[in-house]
Amino acid sequence: MTHVSVTVNGELREADVEPRTLLVYFLRESLGLTGTNVGCDTTSCGACTVHLDGESVKSCNVLAVQADGREVGTIEGMASNGEMHPLQDAFHRNHGLQCGYCTPGMLMAAASYLKENPDPTEEQVRESLEGNLCRCTGYHNIVKSILDAASQMSGARA
Amino acid sequence: MAVAERYVGKPVLRKEDPEMLAGQARFTENLSAPGMVWMSVVRSPFAHARVGAIDTSAAEGMDGVVAVFTAADLESEWGGPLPFVWPITEDIKVPVHWPLTKDKARFQGDGVAVVVAETRGQAEDAAEAVKVDWEPLDAVLDLEEAAKDGVVVHEDLGTNVVVHWSHGGGGDQSLFDTADVIVKERYLGPRLIPNAIEPRACLAQSVPAMGEFTLITTTQIPHIARVTLGGTCNIPESKLRIIAPDVGGGFGSKLNVYAEEALVLALARRLQRPVKWVETRSENYLATIHGRGVLHDVEVAATNEGKILGFRVKELADMGAYYQLLTPGIPELGGWVYMGPYDVQAYWYEFTGIVTNATPTDAYRGAGRPEATYVLERAVDALARRIGKDPAEVRRMSLMAPFAEAKTSIMGLNLDSGNYPAAFERALELAGYEELRKEQRARRESGDGRQLGIGISSYIEMCGLAPSNILGALRYAAGGWDACAVQCLPDGKVVLKIGTSPHGQGHVTTWAQIASDTLGVTPDDVEVLHGDTSVAPLGMDTYGSRSVSVGATALHLALEKIKDKARVLAAHELEVAEDDLEFEAGSFHVKGAPDRARTIMDLAVSAWHAHALPAGFEPNLEATAVWDPPNFTWPAGTHVCIVEVDTETGATDIQRYVAVDDCGVVINPMIVDGQVHGGVAQGIAEALFEEARYDEQGNLMTSSMTQYLIPAASEMPSFELDRTETPSTTNPLGVKGIGEAGTIASPPAVVNAVIDAVSHLGVTHIDKPASPERVWKAIQAATGGSGGSRSERGGASGSPPRASGGAS
Repeated sequence: MTHVSVTVNGELREADVEPRTLLVYFLRESLGLTGTNVGCDTTSCGACTVHLDGESVKSCNVLAVQADGREVGTIEGMASNGEMHPLQDAFHRNHGLQCGYCTPGMLMAAASYLKENPDPTEEQVRESLEGNLCRCTGYHNIVKSILDAASQMSGARA
Repeated sequence: MAVAERYVGKPVLRKEDPEMLAGQARFTENLSAPGMVWMSVVRSPFAHARVGAIDTSAAEGMDGVVAVFTAADLESEWGGPLPFVWPITEDIKVPVHWPLTKDKARFQGDGVAVVVAETRGQAEDAAEAVKVDWEPLDAVLDLEEAAKDGVVVHEDLGTNVVVHWSHGGGGDQSLFDTADVIVKERYLGPRLIPNAIEPRACLAQSVPAMGEFTLITTTQIPHIARVTLGGTCNIPESKLRIIAPDVGGGFGSKLNVYAEEALVLALARRLQRPVKWVETRSENYLATIHGRGVLHDVEVAATNEGKILGFRVKELADMGAYYQLLTPGIPELGGWVYMGPYDVQAYWYEFTGIVTNATPTDAYRGAGRPEATYVLERAVDALARRIGKDPAEVRRMSLMAPFAEAKTSIMGLNLDSGNYPAAFERALELAGYEELRKEQRARRESGDGRQLGIGISSYIEMCGLAPSNILGALRYAAGGWDACAVQCLPDGKVVLKIGTSPHGQGHVTTWAQIASDTLGVTPDDVEVLHGDTSVAPLGMDTYGSRSVSVGATALHLALEKIKDKARVLAAHELEVAEDDLEFEAGSFHVKGAPDRARTIMDLAVSAWHAHALPAGFEPNLEATAVWDPPNFTWPAGTHVCIVEVDTETGATDIQRYVAVDDCGVVINPMIVDGQVHGGVAQGIAEALFEEARYDEQGNLMTSSMTQYLIPAASEMPSFELDRTETPSTTNPLGVKGIGEAGTIASPPAVVNAVIDAVSHLGVTHIDKPASPERVWKAIQAATGGSGGSRSERGGASGSPPRASGGAS
């Protein structure tokens, strides 16, 4: 077993894990943060997307030990002070989720992308989601939600 | 007095969303129990192999391993095989399907043993250490080859040809000999992998003191699972509780009862510990049902002018290695819509079901109806090409005239209502059809490297499953009713318990909207409970676009009962006759005296404290209703797909996608649109990308998401939607259902568009999925290029080969 200490959603969390433990199972099983889902075993679906030092990563493709000493952000930490993040709010208002299984990964991927590109075109949003699969929405309302959130967020900055 | 706000028909935001957006969803994989152990299944790496000695000793000695069981070890657990509930003919041959196979494996992924360990990793590691003495056998995958019985999958059945079903035909069959034009086509519908993004998972617990069991599982059908798993596992239905918590998509793949569900129940009983299993995606591809897997021969009879006179369809359907819950019933479900929305004079449909060494097939979004619609709409375009007419014109002159009352169709069942020309014309208008044709002509004339294609698909679907008497006549084991109980609580809130079981469709919001309008409350006041057989014990679950037309009608009837009961109490409290009361938006008032009023929720308090009730009035304001629909519902519509095909590379780019659907009365337009978006996307995937492929030995070649091409956002267009609204005559709400429409309509719209883009080059046929390679080869073959002979199966020439075996 290996000891890891990771700052998750701003809080220092520690656990002993097998060296082969993936970050996603450290989050889900060691920390009980089950908001991050697992949809495949080939790093294809993106349901497990989280932030590692602010960048989106697929947590099924990172070992827990690789996150040692670093900062991880998950869906559970997305809202602040009881207020939904503009992306969460936009997904709600635009029906950007149906079964909700891909949703945490979509939100984390989109949050990281909007930091990179705060004013994207529809095509850019679609390209940015290449690593995140949804089977319910046909992506239509996910894309709409992200564009809506981008405009809300830029409005808030202005 | 103020009239409460009405919610039906409005895009009310989903009550389901906040917890899901916060990462607080209760998916099965997120749940655990004290003392829980994990199961892993030892699966056959071969598609067809005898099972020799199984050596479990190495696995048993590994860290954390609790037990290893083979099929023989668990035989005493079973009250019967895994459930199969739709023996569609009297002489159907039914393969025996146990949770673990003992004698031989019949598809890659067939389970032969299980390992139970303290952690998931330990269970999976130990499963790999179980040594099975396999004797590989020749496998059979091709339908026509399987029908020859050179390799027999189930020796006890003596043949792979297990069922032949015919609709029996309708109208004047001689038209298929005498019509001006007979177009014969052969279409392949490859196997598809449903790919709900949540893999399957289940967790079984026993309560020894009570002899009870609880199974939490990723299912669309907790009620059907309870009665059937009770039989398989020898547990009285009254002692088995099934819970479907949040379920992460289904698309039919969770409309089933699986070996793993039976296994965790049996192991929880054997070990007296909670047992959990979570599917890997690789397992999902092997051990969760596939969809489609069909080969159709179709004949269209028509006049020289293009009026469609009839369809005659013969189908071979791949059952896979065993039947799952409904397997041979899936083609039959399509068997009732092979007239499409057209006013035909002749109808014939038959299919032959064949077992192969592949994953069992079963319901995948649309279940039989997408297969039917694909065949019809491809064939209508082929007819148009044959007679040199615009495909829109052929459809326009053949669509049934509008009808507002139910009428008997040529296939024998009653259509509830329909206005097919309205949706058709609206779709063409929205697409700008004539302009598109002009643009297409210009590009053809200029020899543009990117050619424009326009594909149309008009469809009708059979939804609202289903009238129980018809299900009985079709030899389905259960009924098609559903049930709802509504309780008005004294704190002003409402609890609604319903037998439908959603997995992304937004039922909680939709049902709350309906209840709010009658009860004069807001959707936030309505708690919708579902998916737990102890909480909502009566129901038939969610599939076949049935939930709104059957489940919500039960809700509507329960609300009517509440209203009737509340009226008695209102009259009593207001000291007037019941006839002197008017009801509006949750409130009764005395005619001519709107201030003398009692709201239903006021009356719920009176009915609860029961201090001053009229004689004989039963305390509490609650009611239960069960609705058995008198007919199916028949949504319909027209979709238009506009593509660009690169004639150099064969690549297809969807430029626009227009969908005009008619699902009757709409409760929540936002949710209805979302269902269309998702359905269309799955159909586009079927048309352009997805195909489960096996090699000749029966190895699944598309065994992960890296080989099986699920489209991402960048491969999808935005969708342009509109609706027509023709109320159903089947139910008092006028609703028809929308869950499957997109998947039914879109595959032929897309493939027709691709062929249309290159038809001027001589291309008349491209199989699904219309990959760049297939399109390029078709162009090369048509233009005499070097790239492709028509070596792939399919094509428009010659007389159709007969289904072998049982077809007659």
